[in-house]
Amino acid sequence: MDQGSAAGTGGTFISLSDTEQRCYSGLYALCQPDSSGKLAAGKVAELFRASQLPAETLHQVTEVCGAKRLGYFGCGQFYVALKLMAAAQAGLPVRLESVAGELPLPLFIGITNELEMRYPNHPSTNESQPHILGSLTGSAPRPPADRPVLRHPDTSTDKQEAWSPPRSPGISPPRSPSAYRSYPYGAQRNGTDTLLAYDGKVAGCPSVPQENSSPSHYSLKLQPEQPVITRVASVERLVERAEMDYSDDPWRITEEQHEYYTNQFRSLQPDLSALIMGTVAKNFFTKSKLPIPELSHIWELSDVDKDGALTFPEFCTAFHLIVARKNGYTLPETLPATLRPGFVEPGVVPAPPSEATEPLIVFDDNMMPGANQLEMGSVDLQMTSRPGVTSKQDTRDESRKPEFSPKRIPDPHEKPIQHVSTLKPDSPQELDANMKSRTRPRSYSSTSIDDAMKKVEEPPTPPPRPQKTHSRASSLDLNKLFQQSAQGAKSGWLPRPPALPPRPPATQIFSFLPGSEKSSQKAVQQANFADFSKFREEQESSVRGGLSTEDLAPPKLDSTLRHQGHAPQKPVRRKLHPESQSATPPSAAPYSAATLTKSTQRPPPKQKREIQMAIRKNRETNAVLTRLNSELQQQLKVVHRERVTLESQLELLRPVAST
Amino acid sequence: MQTAIMIVANYPLYIRSVPTQGELKFHYTVHTSLDVVEEKISGVGKALADQRELYLGLLYPTEDYKVYGYMTNSKVKFVIVVDSSNTSLRDNEIRSMFRKLHNSFTDVMCNPFYNPGDPIQSKAFDSIVSTMMVQAF
Repeated sequence: MDQGSAAGTGGTFISLSDTEQRCYSGLYALCQPDSSGKLAAGKVAELFRASQLPAETLHQVTEVCGAKRLGYFGCGQFYVALKLMAAAQAGLPVRLESVAGELPLPLFIGITNELEMRYPNHPSTNESQPHILGSLTGSAPRPPADRPVLRHPDTSTDKQEAWSPPRSPGISPPRSPSAYRSYPYGAQRNGTDTLLAYDGKVAGCPSVPQENSSPSHYSLKLQPEQPVITRVASVERLVERAEMDYSDDPWRITEEQHEYYTNQFRSLQPDLSALIMGTVAKNFFTKSKLPIPELSHIWELSDVDKDGALTFPEFCTAFHLIVARKNGYTLPETLPATLRPGFVEPGVVPAPPSEATEPLIVFDDNMMPGANQLEMGSVDLQMTSRPGVTSKQDTRDESRKPEFSPKRIPDPHEKPIQHVSTLKPDSPQELDANMKSRTRPRSYSSTSIDDAMKKVEEPPTPPPRPQKTHSRASSLDLNKLFQQSAQGAKSGWLPRPPALPPRPPATQIFSFLPGSEKSSQKAVQQANFADFSKFREEQESSVRGGLSTEDLAPPKLDSTLRHQGHAPQKPVRRKLHPESQSATPPSAAPYSAATLTKSTQRPPPKQKREIQMAIRKNRETNAVLTRLNSELQQQLKVVHRERVTLESQLELLRPVAST
Repeated sequence: MQTAIMIVANYPLYIRSVPTQGELKFHYTVHTSLDVVEEKISGVGKALADQRELYLGLLYPTEDYKVYGYMTNSKVKFVIVVDSSNTSLRDNEIRSMFRKLHNSFTDVMCNPFYNPGDPIQSKAFDSIVSTMMVQAF
């Protein structure tokens, strides 16, 4: 096998790195070279097809590498072709110049098993370990069962820096294999065995078969179909079958992952723009069975605004970190740029780019070159999405913390332009974080821990207003009577569910009205209207107050109802006009239209019941009142008779006195 | 030159000193300073709780070092011990250090995985504290 490190085509000298060399030599061997070094066309074609590049690109590759000219693939042509395919997969044009720079290994699916099989045949030296690892990293993410090739050839085409991670893992595992301890890759010769075993396990996993064409990085297509109850199991299984795809940034959230996180978020909190409280999130993430210190660290990384609750982007970040951790990645010390809540795919430019440039410039100065974080960020994990040239800049981004905003370190302005788009979304986020941190000192006028707690809790629902006692002075009998009747009314109210339709109160008042004495007082009618409108406003405001004030509504309604109920009953003060009765339904109609928000379906059937109950109660009160009336009449008669007798006695006595 | 930052809630939650040798001495210092803190607190009779009262100021100077105290509203005390030879530190700087400490401490508290009363193990917090100590001393 020709291990020549140069492939000459048209005089161009293209150098291959060690890993590339190993990989290509493996692939070369795979393609069954004959004695003269020519490769079997069939195998080559198969390999090319496995790269999943469009046919046109493959033709171009063949042409450029010179095989077309020669009519066959020799070693040199093959190597160049491989490099060109790598370039094409990276999104670069198929030209010789593209292969001059560093490129990731080209990815082929379906070929890997054979590749892996071959490796134990290689001499087991130290070289073979990076060899294996190099090829493993190239081939590992592609077990035949469910491996995506390149999930996002589209999204990453315009970001060249996305390609550094695929290279660096090839380099870093030999350096820090302990970092990937739970990885099968970390092992040495056993790497292939464990990988195969892992493949077997993955292939054996039950579920929707993963088509190769469907790029499902974490086998997420499966997850939304699982019932939510098995969330725990699904999280574990998700983690179990997830593998790192070195060809893409592991700190980037893919579409499928995003979808999955969205579903999970929805299961915890239906509103995507709302927050998940800390305790809820804690319970959820504890199910992932990571140790608490790590979860704590993940929380610290992902809760960017430090409010003890997770917004949706923060939740995605946290989830992603958990998944990454489960797959053996060590957690970064600072949040990678791609996981920041403000991060946006480069294809999606934030809406006001011109505005964003302004804060971009301003907040550049805020970046702190935290030295310790720099090292940790860049050395431990070369997973950053920027190439080595600008990694310093990147870690500077990562190491900046909002609390350090007072320190202004001038930016060396060495950022290449292609970072601008990704930094732009960072800066508004930074802006927010900075704002929040600056507002933090102001909040110390209140308590500190309590302040933090307050941020977590929503304001407690206001206690229901106390029942209005009778504010009107009137005869005690009447009061007691009406208290009893109102109690009856109130008990009828209490079982009512919190969404209170406004119409029944109107009708109840309406039904109270017939029980009252009727006389034509316009003033009273207007007063009633006034009360009613006030009541309506109260109702509106209480309904507008939202869920938390629903408790308010029934007691308030109750009290105002009783208030109103007393109003018609007090014969002295309020006498309701029959017209007012007719007026109230129309007022009730717009009233209900205006205020009814939730219980639109319920009033009609409820109204009937309410009306019937109201009718019953009114009949009772009617009976009571008539009884009272008769008693009073009796008393009146008695008194009258007494008066008559007294008068007659007086008459009798007067002639006696006059004489 | 020895300095230390300690967070105590009647037992040490967090102790960090530069250099790291004399920690035992700082343990002793913080225990004695707790008495002084109690004195100050009982003397003032805190009805309100604005930041000025959170900062307790120089607790007591000895010939070796000075001790500054700060107490949060939840009775968690921050203690900073600095060498007496380090005269460059002004009161405002100490105040700002306490403010930063308090901020970071609140962040730690916000973390639902942190149970109040546990020793603080957050790496972010550690890094903030170290940076602060390096800058100040």
